[in-house]
Amino acid sequence: MVQFDEMMGGDGKPRISYQRLSQWLSSVDVQWLSSRREQAELLFRRIGITFAVYGSQESTERLIPFDILPRIISRNEWTRLERGLIQRVTALNLFLKDIYGDGQILKAGVVPADLIYRNPGFCSEMFGRRPPHDVYVHIAGVDIVRTDDKNFYVLEDNARTPSGVSYMLENREVMMRLFPELFSLHRVAPIEDYPNELLATLRSVSPPRATGEPVIVLMTPGQYNSAFYEHSFLADKLGIELVEGRDLFVRDDIVYMRTTEGPRRVDVIYRRIDDDFLDPLIFRADSALGVAGLMGAYNAGNVTLANAVGTGVADDKATYTYMPEIIRFYLGQEPLLLNVPTYRCREPDALAYVLEHLNELVVKEVNGSGGYGMLVGPHASKAQIEEFRLKLKANPDNFIAQPTLALSTCPISVAQGIAPRHVDLRPFVLHGANSVKVVPGGLTRVAMTEKSLVVNSSQGGGTKDTWVIDDVLTRDDTNII
Amino acid sequence: MLSRTADNLYWLARYMERADFLSRAIEASRRLASLPKTYGSAESEWDSVLLSSGSSESFAASGRPLEEEHVVEYLTFAADNPGSIRNCLYLARTNARAVRTALTVEMWEAINGAFLEMQSFEHRRKATSTEELTHFLEFVKRTSLSYDGGAYRTMLRNDAYWFSRLGLFVERADNTARLLDVKYHVLLPEKESVGGSLDYFQWSALLRAVSAHNAYHWVYRTSMKPWLVADLLILRPEMPRSLISCYESIVRNLDFLARSHSRQGPAQRQARKLHNHLQNLTMENVFQSGLHEFVSNFIGENNQLGLLISEQYLF
Repeated sequence: MVQFDEMMGGDGKPRISYQRLSQWLSSVDVQWLSSRREQAELLFRRIGITFAVYGSQESTERLIPFDILPRIISRNEWTRLERGLIQRVTALNLFLKDIYGDGQILKAGVVPADLIYRNPGFCSEMFGRRPPHDVYVHIAGVDIVRTDDKNFYVLEDNARTPSGVSYMLENREVMMRLFPELFSLHRVAPIEDYPNELLATLRSVSPPRATGEPVIVLMTPGQYNSAFYEHSFLADKLGIELVEGRDLFVRDDIVYMRTTEGPRRVDVIYRRIDDDFLDPLIFRADSALGVAGLMGAYNAGNVTLANAVGTGVADDKATYTYMPEIIRFYLGQEPLLLNVPTYRCREPDALAYVLEHLNELVVKEVNGSGGYGMLVGPHASKAQIEEFRLKLKANPDNFIAQPTLALSTCPISVAQGIAPRHVDLRPFVLHGANSVKVVPGGLTRVAMTEKSLVVNSSQGGGTKDTWVIDDVLTRDDTNII
Repeated sequence: MLSRTADNLYWLARYMERADFLSRAIEASRRLASLPKTYGSAESEWDSVLLSSGSSESFAASGRPLEEEHVVEYLTFAADNPGSIRNCLYLARTNARAVRTALTVEMWEAINGAFLEMQSFEHRRKATSTEELTHFLEFVKRTSLSYDGGAYRTMLRNDAYWFSRLGLFVERADNTARLLDVKYHVLLPEKESVGGSLDYFQWSALLRAVSAHNAYHWVYRTSMKPWLVADLLILRPEMPRSLISCYESIVRNLDFLARSHSRQGPAQRQARKLHNHLQNLTMENVFQSGLHEFVSNFIGENNQLGLLISEQYLF
């Protein structure tokens, strides 16, 4: 497989968008870069940007490895990507509105009805109900990879409670402290307005009957959740209360929070807690994280939940395979972002092919996330492959398979200098009542180990700052080109 | 603000203040315990520190012998002592982490930095030397200074600030009162002996524990007298750790809260009652009715205020 490196072209010369970075890299020495790397780690630890790993004994709080070299996307590429993202999330939202409503796409036979109704992500509670302003996916994280200089592929849609945006924002802050000189060489599109855009999005979807200034809160499962840092970071940037289930209560279908001045009405809940834990009266009765009666208030139209309940059916890996059809069905447009070719193991022909080619394919559980429960054929042992074969045969509906993509690489800083590693990109898309927006860039995740394709932070993946830079050449560039 | 946030801030401040007090108390006792016996050094000195930190019973129950090394270990690093400095800092950080949005970056960095340094002190602990202990106690004092300074200099003057100040002053009043409770016998006037007393070192240790050793001379400009030491710790408004000074601050912060919530409540009334009582008191009254009785009564009333604050604001 030919590896596509985002910095170096096939001719051994840096691509245009990376020329300034490449030149700068050759002008600094390895030791100096190493000292910057250590400084970055110190900064992150001091700020307390950590995440918790479930079931890990040695330390409950860990740092996500950070690489100090930026990942660069040119403005041209970004414009294409942005359009594709807006198109995709718009379609996702229309799809959810449809399947919890008339179900036209199912009646038209474009997506099989049993795939939706029997999907564990489908929430029958939402059937026939409409969330305020018909918005389901207020915040989406779409995982993007590239394999050549032309195309972007969507690896996965995250329509439930996508995380990582705090790293996107903090990475930029740390980079600006470490490398001001690099920023003055480039014109990097700012991302610091993300919290502002997020707040505007949440305000726009406040229930129509809420009067006055909407009261918005961020709901977290608590400080032992792996993404707690992000929850508190965002609440702080947005200037909204960070609440846990026990801080809220419902009376007469209205949600209140307990404050020092008595109960205060809540209009919008940006919840970072899964559907199952929202309301013990409706979902898991054993959960102490949620609020009894919350779904009653939601169904009465007195509170907005962002994202809406039941969006999991849309970011399911089986639904994913139908995204091109979904986009065509609702928007009448050709998809701008490609899907990775995917075998639906629920289809007998596809299953037969997958079983024969297990050593070449990546097999994923349709509802898995975080890189758990997947088989990377080319890197797996014989025993692992056989184990997966049995699982597949037992429950084919539960799996999809994709060819191993030659994921693009980006340089990272290592002890000996720089070395290429595989990356992906998670841009964050905000869908409000009247607009769909994306801040330029996103979170670049990088597999820190050589040859590894797993970028998930729970499995040792790291992050990079992502720069969308203007293609316009400044005066300093004339001598480069 | 969220009641839980207020609760966390209040306790965060209490834990930080308690850690600071403990480190000063240990320093003062080490000094006293290192004196020759003839200078009034008492075997019971370490028992006093345990008493004033409220951990005497749990210490005895832990089966450790009553010796300097063990008491210091129990009060500093012991994981099984809920009131050790280590646990105060850990609990402070747990509370801080839960309410990061209510803290400023400076406060968070002070607490998180202290937490990380605390961990490295714990790792090095095998080689606990007196020098290491000195470094450690210095570190704890520095932490509370940078945390407190961070709060004072960077927090918005709203609920978050007032609740955090309340926690600090309620805890500080409690600490000063407990110290008095344990040492009241050396402060009684009849103990005075002409031409200097061996109790001098007890008094100065007491003053060091509340970092008022120099302040005493600036306030009274006379040699050390036990009733003046008591006066400084109870009734002098200019002394930041005196009971009256703590209550002046408590009343002020409760009033800010009452004003912003447009409601006075039982907590405000209790605080004002105590403050008025202290304002109208002289040391003569105190000694007449008994220093010990006064102090135990005060500790009870101060606890009562803590309960009323919880009921009124923290659910």
